[in-house]
Amino acid sequence: MGIDLPLIWAIIIAFGLMMYVIMDGFDLGIGILFPFVPDRDDRDTMVNTVAPVWDGNETWLVLGGAALLAAFPLAYSIILSALYFPLFLMLGGLIWRGVAFEFRFKANDSHKPFWDKAFAWGSYVATCSQGLALGGFINGFEVKDAAFSGGVLDWLTPFSLFTGAALVVAYALLGCTWLIMKTEGELQRSMIKLARPATLAVLAIIIIVSIWTPLAHADVANRWFALPNMLFFAPVPALVLATTWAILRLLRGEPHVGPFLFTLFLLFLGYSGLAISLWPNIVPPAISIWEAAGPAESMGFTLVGALLVIPCILAYTAWSYYVFRGKVKPGEGYH
Amino acid sequence: MLGFTALELARIQFGFTISFHIIFPAITIGLASYLAVLEGLWLWKQDVVHRDLYHFWSKIFAVNFAMGVVSGIVMAYQFGTNWSYFSAFAGSITGPLLTYEVLTAFFLEAGFLGVMLFGWNKVGPGLHWFATIMVAIGTLVSATWILASNSWMQTPQGYEIISGRVVPVDWLQVIFNPSFPYRLAHMTVAAFLATALFVGASGAWHLLRGNDIRPIRIMLSMAMWMLVLVTPLQIALGDAHGLNTLKYQPAKIAAMEGHWGNTPGQSVPLILFGWPDMAAEKTKFAVEIPHLSSLILTHEWNGQFPGLKEFAPDDRPNSTVVFWTFRVMVGLGVLMLLLGVWSLLLRYRRTLYQSKPFLRFAVAMGPCGLIAILAGWLTTEIGRQPWVVYGVMRTKDAVSNHSALALSTTLLVFIVIYIAVFGTGVSYMLRLVAAGPADISDSERHGSHQTQRPARPLSAAPDDVDPTIDLPESEDR
Repeated sequence: MGIDLPLIWAIIIAFGLMMYVIMDGFDLGIGILFPFVPDRDDRDTMVNTVAPVWDGNETWLVLGGAALLAAFPLAYSIILSALYFPLFLMLGGLIWRGVAFEFRFKANDSHKPFWDKAFAWGSYVATCSQGLALGGFINGFEVKDAAFSGGVLDWLTPFSLFTGAALVVAYALLGCTWLIMKTEGELQRSMIKLARPATLAVLAIIIIVSIWTPLAHADVANRWFALPNMLFFAPVPALVLATTWAILRLLRGEPHVGPFLFTLFLLFLGYSGLAISLWPNIVPPAISIWEAAGPAESMGFTLVGALLVIPCILAYTAWSYYVFRGKVKPGEGYH
Repeated sequence: MLGFTALELARIQFGFTISFHIIFPAITIGLASYLAVLEGLWLWKQDVVHRDLYHFWSKIFAVNFAMGVVSGIVMAYQFGTNWSYFSAFAGSITGPLLTYEVLTAFFLEAGFLGVMLFGWNKVGPGLHWFATIMVAIGTLVSATWILASNSWMQTPQGYEIISGRVVPVDWLQVIFNPSFPYRLAHMTVAAFLATALFVGASGAWHLLRGNDIRPIRIMLSMAMWMLVLVTPLQIALGDAHGLNTLKYQPAKIAAMEGHWGNTPGQSVPLILFGWPDMAAEKTKFAVEIPHLSSLILTHEWNGQFPGLKEFAPDDRPNSTVVFWTFRVMVGLGVLMLLLGVWSLLLRYRRTLYQSKPFLRFAVAMGPCGLIAILAGWLTTEIGRQPWVVYGVMRTKDAVSNHSALALSTTLLVFIVIYIAVFGTGVSYMLRLVAAGPADISDSERHGSHQTQRPARPLSAAPDDVDPTIDLPESEDR
């Protein structure tokens, strides 16, 4: 049998992680945008746009963690212990904002500002620490005898600080364009105004990361700039430029769904770029998915359940987005 | 921090986060089955009291379920962040079991939970009951996966060690390992008991405040019947679990009993109270009942079982701690039995709903099921030390290389966040309990105007009960 289980599991986990980044990205973005929208009714509308779906988004995060342990125990143990602090901050931020999100609905008017602040702060902390973890991951880990051998603050570098801030901007753009799609009137107009600088900032970030990583990592430079790879991968930067141009152009007219879809595509391109840079390593800089893979007995056993349940989760997710399509009007939740 | 080593701090951190977590799933398991019974009674007898109770407890169930999900996210990551050598070594077995638990939970959430919490007026009564039953079964299946994983770590089998890591060779043997059936039964029944005590205390609290309405009486009555039926069963299961532990983890039993050594031909007394001293290798101030330990653990008048001194000092669990956590659990079990017997007596005298001392006792016993669960888990987890995978991997070889400083920092932040978040959550649940079944079913009948989503179990709870805990400084914000 020529089934490449590590490859299948790498695809499942990469897919789950991407679902997480895209879906939790825009609802974290809502929290990031809170300081820019002081009006309480507008904030209610913003929160109502994600209320029906946000909890399901974090499904992918838990599933990703458990699946990584099942399929790649070595990668799970190295990456998670190396990124102890940022992951810990991320979990703290997610718990905090998740509960603040719910209790915001239930609190009376005098308590609401407290939960508003908690929601915004939690979103910033969670996003920033995801970015720090991402930067640390790209930089790679010091490994000796199949275990992380670096220091507890190894992930803290100028590059990871940059990716931490970068992810805040990227999620803000996702949140912005999501709100352009889901709202109308004054709130939508203010989001259109915010979206333009955010789009340009995301483009700048992608360019800076594209220059920074090959300069810092020779392997990455070889992957991208050696022939014939350069020809195969050339469409990625071209598509990034075209997509940015499309978003900016759409923002000039009367935008609706377009900017959000193109932003999703833009982030997908960034994600693919990273995958190209790191492939086939699951623990940069040197451990591949085949070296980190658990026993076939574990991967096969778990695959059965994953193939049965993940399609159900996907179908249910698609259905709930379909049910709650359309604009959310001020002062109106879904009923 | 406080002179703890990094290993001790990592263990405290795990113990703290999992202790907070287990409270919620335990109540989820119990309430889900309780709700399935209530809805069945409503469909069978068409008495509105069961319907009203169903709606009342389903709101509390929703909040509790959400707290369980949130506190569980941390668990999925903690094995890697803090126990990386364990994950790399045994993740091939615990990982798949954990993944199946997550898949079960999400499958449940995606489907039946939504129908159960939000579908009362949208689907037929039979289908709705089916959804409730499926949620109840789902919680039990989730518990099964987690307990299979934990039991495998206690009594591992069905694996080989190939190039320094565990490889599963027979999944059926892995899952149905020797301690699994006992642990599963003991924990499931414990969840039922803890829920019965919580529900009973809620009813008793309302009765003490003069809120003497039919749903409250039925709540208390059902809880007490549950206690009467299940406490003896739990004691029998605990006994069987103990014998299983004696067979596979004799050092744990010796530590639980504060039993250091045997004299040939002599029976082992039961030490009721005392202070096991690890350095002196004896139990000080022991108050003993002759022959009783022999009788309980070997079912023979003069039977013997290994004492702690028969194990190398490095292989001994801390007897001082597990001796007492075990006694807390058993002592609370005896109090539960007492509460049940008292309720039978009062039923016979027809003063179940009037006796103030009994009602006060029932309120005081409200959290005791959960405390007993925590004490039991502390006993079994500290009692299997120094092993993380029994006889295969030591705890000290499982922990990540973090410094005591790093672990102290995260532990302190965890404590602050958990108390703030789950303190608010628990106080919100208690406020819902205090609001009582009558009020909530009223708003149900008048139709709710709030956003309700299956993906957000908390939205099933009413928005007009403010969860914020009033701290002096939060007022002026």
